[in-house]
Amino acid sequence: MSKLNRWWILKPVVFLACLVPIEWLVFDTLTGGLSANPLEDIRDRTGIWTLRFLMMTLGVTPLRRISGWSSLIRFRRMFGLFGFFYGFVHLATYIWLDQYFAFAEILKDMFLKRPFIISGYISFFLMLPLALTSTRKWITRLGGSRWQMLHRLIYLSAVAGALHYFWRVKADIERPVAYIAVLAVLLAIRGWYALQRRRSQGIPEMKAV
Amino acid sequence: MLIQRASDIASSEITSENLYGNRREFIKTASAVLGVAAAGTIIPVGAFARPQGVVRADSSKKPGPYDTTEKLTPYEDATTYNNYYEFGIDKGDPAKNSRNFKPKPWTVKVEGMCSKPGTYAFDDLLKGLTVEDRIYRMRCVEAWSMVIPWQGVPLADLIKKLEPAPSAKYVEFKTLVDPNQYPEQRRSFFKVLDWPYVEGLRLDEATNPLALFATGVYGKPLPNQNGAPLRLVTPWKYGFKGIKAIVNIRFTDKQPLNTWQLQASQEYGFYANVNPNVDHPRWSQARERRIGEFFKRPTLMFNGYGEQVAQMYAGMDLRRNF
Repeated sequence: MSKLNRWWILKPVVFLACLVPIEWLVFDTLTGGLSANPLEDIRDRTGIWTLRFLMMTLGVTPLRRISGWSSLIRFRRMFGLFGFFYGFVHLATYIWLDQYFAFAEILKDMFLKRPFIISGYISFFLMLPLALTSTRKWITRLGGSRWQMLHRLIYLSAVAGALHYFWRVKADIERPVAYIAVLAVLLAIRGWYALQRRRSQGIPEMKAV
Repeated sequence: MLIQRASDIASSEITSENLYGNRREFIKTASAVLGVAAAGTIIPVGAFARPQGVVRADSSKKPGPYDTTEKLTPYEDATTYNNYYEFGIDKGDPAKNSRNFKPKPWTVKVEGMCSKPGTYAFDDLLKGLTVEDRIYRMRCVEAWSMVIPWQGVPLADLIKKLEPAPSAKYVEFKTLVDPNQYPEQRRSFFKVLDWPYVEGLRLDEATNPLALFATGVYGKPLPNQNGAPLRLVTPWKYGFKGIKAIVNIRFTDKQPLNTWQLQASQEYGFYANVNPNVDHPRWSQARERRIGEFFKRPTLMFNGYGEQVAQMYAGMDLRRNF
């Protein structure tokens, strides 16, 4: 209880901090801080923040174990939902502002073997069930282990999101590669933990494939 | 045969109040679309209403035979939204990182199959050629476009002066290599492109009356971020053909390997003609967003310059020669 008292203030603070990117974007939009192609700026900035929030969500568990600061867990759902929020704004920007509901074009983008576009959809729609089942009620309804299993979809969502970024750029792969590297580390840590767990439980180690 | 005359009215005097209306129109449309029409009246200066630069219009100026009469892109936009990877990969980088670039003195090396090879000082290269005004559409491969008033010499005139050999079929251009002036050329890790930037044209394309060696925009010397002191403008091709800060001109009988083709040959070809029917593998080329406008507009074949250029590609499969 004392722990809760100590940290309760952090939650609204972190919540407000998570809103800064969108406030900053609105501010830039209204004050002329965007480029000559403002719709692309809005699309790109919400996209990159989606990826960042996915990474932050995935960073909670490793950071918690390394630092021993277990209260961090309280921010995981918030980060995940903010990732979904920025992803939603990003997708809405593409469909609404960028394409302006030109569904023929949108469908063409989807089905014409454009991995760059398809990976974006995959990343977003994998987040959808996670956002919907993010409540305590759903954890109980599904049962902890099934819920956890479902929420591992975030790994795929993050991979698809990072690939979406990588496939989007023309030649400047440095930044997407940096995101992929961070994601690889975050996933590798999980692999390592899973291995440790298996060992400590005495389950025979799976042969590496 | 039309002989286009260089106008004696500087382009700095061209254009109009419609230019000023450009951004206002954008925010109005954007607001309406977003259902926040009120915001337009509450917020006096928005993203879409930045300072407009000094370009003024003069409706008395008669458009030249190749000029479009569409609204000019504001000077501010054309000089802050650039692809010029030597200065950085973000659109704002060229304007930021090119302030100390030295476009003077400048020399251009002419080599290969021609009678007048040599190293020319900038003024000597253009001596005897007439600078003309051209208002062209510019269509980027990234599906955005602008309307830009250029000043420059017809490339045909320059090529004639350099006297290519009958065996020459192509002309190749190279951008300056100078890591002291170009931050991206200093990188050894995650190099964006292979330097120098190389572009090329078939000789008939280079001598097409539309092809321009630009030395200015909006009646002013070419800003560094736009390719000072000398850049190529081929309005029927995607913007990346418009090589900037040219230091080398070479006549050859072999098709040059241009930088983006070298970088990703499935995505960028040698011709790079604007073509709404041939999509970039990762995005559609059917429509484009004119900078300053909210809704996308259809992209025109050869960027609307078919009348001047289509015959050069008669019988060619443009799907393969993209």
